Amino acid sequence: MEKLDLQTLGLRALNEKLQSQTASTNQTQYEIVNPRGSHAIAVGIDSPIDVTVRGSTGYYCAGMNQQANVHVDGSAGPGVAENMMSGTVTIEGDASQYAGATGHGGTLIIKGNAASRCGISMKGIDIIVHGNIGHMSAFMAQSGNLVVCGDAGDALGDSIYEARLFVRGSVKSLGADCIEKEMRQEHLDLLKDLLERGGCDAKPEEFKRYGSARQLYNFKIDNAY
Amino acid sequence: MSDKKNSGIPRTVPVQSATFSQTVNAEIRRAAATGIYDIRGGGAKRKVPHFDDLLFLGASISRYPLEGYREKCETSVTLGTRFAKNPIELDIPITIAGMSFGSLSGPAKEALGRGATMAGTSTTTGDGGMTQEERGHSKKLVYQYLPSRYGMNPDDLRKADAIEVVVGQGAKPGGGGMLLGQKISDRVAQMRNLPKGIDQRSACRHPDWTGPDDLEIKILELREITGWRVPIYIKVGGARPYFDTTLAVKAGADVVVLDGMQGGTAATQDVFIEHVGQPILACIREAVRALQDLDMHRKVQLIVSGGVRTGADVAKCMALGADAVSIGTAALIALGDNDPRWEDEYQKLGTTAGAYDDWHEGKDPAGITTQDAELMKRLDPIEGGRRLSNYLKVMTLEAQTIARACGKSHLHNLEPEDLCALTLEAAAMAKVPLAGTDWWPGKSGSSF
Repeated sequence: MEKLDLQTLGLRALNEKLQSQTASTNQTQYEIVNPRGSHAIAVGIDSPIDVTVRGSTGYYCAGMNQQANVHVDGSAGPGVAENMMSGTVTIEGDASQYAGATGHGGTLIIKGNAASRCGISMKGIDIIVHGNIGHMSAFMAQSGNLVVCGDAGDALGDSIYEARLFVRGSVKSLGADCIEKEMRQEHLDLLKDLLERGGCDAKPEEFKRYGSARQLYNFKIDNAY
Repeated sequence: MSDKKNSGIPRTVPVQSATFSQTVNAEIRRAAATGIYDIRGGGAKRKVPHFDDLLFLGASISRYPLEGYREKCETSVTLGTRFAKNPIELDIPITIAGMSFGSLSGPAKEALGRGATMAGTSTTTGDGGMTQEERGHSKKLVYQYLPSRYGMNPDDLRKADAIEVVVGQGAKPGGGGMLLGQKISDRVAQMRNLPKGIDQRSACRHPDWTGPDDLEIKILELREITGWRVPIYIKVGGARPYFDTTLAVKAGADVVVLDGMQGGTAATQDVFIEHVGQPILACIREAVRALQDLDMHRKVQLIVSGGVRTGADVAKCMALGADAVSIGTAALIALGDNDPRWEDEYQKLGTTAGAYDDWHEGKDPAGITTQDAELMKRLDPIEGGRRLSNYLKVMTLEAQTIARACGKSHLHNLEPEDLCALTLEAAAMAKVPLAGTDWWPGKSGSSF
């Protein structure tokens, strides 16, 4: 494992090092030390490498990640794994607002809680949260899966499209056009896989499924707020 | 009294109300019948103070002109000199504004790329991501980073020659967009990761940042992902140009793009287009003042847009302090939008050439603002590109003509004192003297 000290290297050199790796690289293990809450750590990686950040990160850690496994051994600031395309990002602690925003693919695992707007505008990413999530999560969520082992805050899934939301605990309120939906076998199977990937010991049967009522898909004046 | 006796009495002529005009009344009746506001494309149609209200003074005894056809008048511009390793070098200061694939057809995007490239300038993506047609035919392509992030991915981000973070646009500062289901073809749906045929909303604010402090960090992320190679623009609508420009510079922009209310949109509410935002004429000097106060004028470049139609408009923007302009509606007209040759079909749609603005319905007779496979064939992208290139060339020649007449060897050497205003409003907004005076409303030291 190659150790990269952010305070010594500087952000640009650190990211350049990680971004320059290719699929054929022999050096696949990296450890970032002294992150000290810096922003934009390990962004724009496009190779199957493993990156462990020893400490907490600022905004947009692992932004637009492709292929890499990024592990934050701490908490993450706003916008962790935003617009991720593939790979896996794991947060040992809590994640601030906008976690996984607009993510197109890959898996984001948050072992603590996630703040507001988790999964906002998600476009295919799978997000698994061991704890609770804040208000306005999955706003305008287009596709992908959001699994919440704890509780969800206000206005879950407001203006949601085709994303699937699975919540084990309570939902403070549902947003516009978001409804509870039948949990069929296909969803239980899907959820089982997601929980295994996320390292959760919860049972699929303990969850409720939420999704779009599809009443806002085409503009109707009676639906205006 | 008999009718015969009254027949010789003069009658009061019917008078239409200026307040309740026929247009207003028709809209009231339409609203009463449908219960929904009018949605349309384009920019503000109302008359507002504009570049037509300004005139160049030209050379005289105290100003020495340049020979029109012989002496050089440069037109090049470099955008993004503040932080980017690779600033954009353009031959002309007229760029093509962001317009989405989805709102426009693939051939239309290709035509814009072809025309811009032939003329030595850049074109811009829009909501919905980057298409191969556009990237392949655009030598310089600006990639818009929008709230919806439709089609957004790091591979395309790295293919861009510049990134434009869109905070707002002139037609609807503070508003999002809507691509109605009629235009959501299989390809558009796939690019945007949404089901075919449903209305696609574009959010009015970004999902993962709020405010200028966050924006600064977002720009840091974008620079880190693209290796600090390409310029980052910030586009704002004409709302609070002094403060928005100041905050954009503070957030780290290389270029500020400022779009007035005449700038077009693919679709939004008519009430939004006509009643929110300021004319571009009212915005330019305030943006320039912000740059000057920060000692950033000509260091952070200013691109202005919203109703730029001619080389005279270009020259006036330069004289007011802009580094470049951007055109959208004018470029579409050059391609063939609203061309009278399709008048019969415009009539069938209940409109007429020049007034057609239901671009969101996807029935554009000119085949530009549509995803209909048959209508799209009406635009030949090669011919369209040539027309756009011709138009850009004419605009440039016109601007050079004016600049030479003012004694300027580069369009950027034009200055406010080359101008006067025809109206009080234009004088106040452009901060140039009312014609025949040395005064404008609000001028420092003025008693008014």
